[in-house]
Amino acid sequence: MKRQELQVAALQNGTVIDHIPSSKIFEVINLLHLEKVSTSVTIGINLKSKKMGHKSILKIADRFFTDEELNQLSVVTPNVSLAIIRDYEVVEKKEVKMPDELIGIIKCDNHKCITNNEPMKTHFHVLDKEKGILQCRYCNREVTLNNVKLI
Amino acid sequence: METRSLVTIARHSKEKLLYLIEMAQEFERHPNRKILDGKIVATLFFEPSTRTRLSFETAANRLGAKVIGFADPKVTSGTKGETLKDTIMMVSNYADIIVMRHYLEGAAQYASEISPVPIVNAGDGANQHPSQTMLDLYSIYKTQGTLENLNIYLVGDLKYGRTVHSIITAMRHFNPTFHFIAPDELAMPDYYKMYCKENNIKYFEHQDFDSHTIADADILYMTRVQRERFTDLEEYERVKDRYLLKEDMLFRARANMKILHPLPRVNEIEYSIDNTPYAYYFQQARNGLYARQALICDALGITLDDIKNDKTIIA
Repeated sequence: MKRQELQVAALQNGTVIDHIPSSKIFEVINLLHLEKVSTSVTIGINLKSKKMGHKSILKIADRFFTDEELNQLSVVTPNVSLAIIRDYEVVEKKEVKMPDELIGIIKCDNHKCITNNEPMKTHFHVLDKEKGILQCRYCNREVTLNNVKLI
Repeated sequence: METRSLVTIARHSKEKLLYLIEMAQEFERHPNRKILDGKIVATLFFEPSTRTRLSFETAANRLGAKVIGFADPKVTSGTKGETLKDTIMMVSNYADIIVMRHYLEGAAQYASEISPVPIVNAGDGANQHPSQTMLDLYSIYKTQGTLENLNIYLVGDLKYGRTVHSIITAMRHFNPTFHFIAPDELAMPDYYKMYCKENNIKYFEHQDFDSHTIADADILYMTRVQRERFTDLEEYERVKDRYLLKEDMLFRARANMKILHPLPRVNEIEYSIDNTPYAYYFQQARNGLYARQALICDALGITLDDIKNDKTIIA
């Protein structure tokens, strides 16, 4: 009989982001600026998942994110599972919520928009959270989430 | 930073629009004043627009302000790679208010967020041109005596025409009925038709343009059908003459009907129409002076009361 093993080692303290579609893992890493984290980060890609077939997972030790930081994930991965771990136990589960404003996360696709021509942060109003319709605060161009490019 | 900048009038309330119209009326009564004596108005035109610039500069000069600025982006440091922010921060050291025209969309919004002095948007790319909308509203009000319940016909390039889109948004408070007359390729975008539906604005679409179509118009707003807007030049050749207004199309027109045009006109209004009582486009441009006087003063925090009690009027 085969031994059941965790695919990724358990975390003592920190944040687990699970059920990330494997194609989106690097975008999540970029959005949360994990390249700047000095504690250990475990990245599992293409792991077996009953729910998704295969998935990716991030375990970030000793790092707890603000809701604002985590809600940025709604742009690329709205359905991930978030768990806060303390002493190997899940003490809190969170959901990603689409914020009302998206600042400095996505590009405006209007090349004549000031945000693409000036060193400044982009800013989108979220008009429709369900349909993912956004409007640029500057040029007023509307975009849908499936078509956006990250900065 | 909270300033009284004017980026768009799309979000102005009905009361605010009528307030600005009343202010423009005061300036039409007495256009020459010293109410801006001691003020400096900067006009920064990152894209040339002679008519708009002359109109703003005349508005400022007739109120006693001094004007600084540039008319041609070639002479500014923008071409050397200076950011918009740096230019705005530099000029705001010198001027009390900045009137700016820019080729990039959203430039005025951004400038208003960083500038310590108020910004007046004199056009930002294809986005907003609030002083044009204000002078259009003032012209409609002056010629019809009201903004309520009017039949407004928009003709020509309704796809790219920034002015016609702004008229729809600004008129939403006043129960208008719109008629859109345009070739297929330049038809009113779905976005604005949805906007009309959401705001209970009645509209009709036509492809024909003749004396019957326009018989019920109170306002006939003409725009230029530009060749460079067409992907299919054969289509352009087919439709280019279909949206020209000829004098013999006016014999069914209402007595109160006025023809508006943002200018410059090329050939879309027959020149003989200039001599009919329906022609209003030159007076419309003149109304721009009063509308811009109102917008500059409002941005500087000068109220309608200040203007009514103004002791600096030059007789």
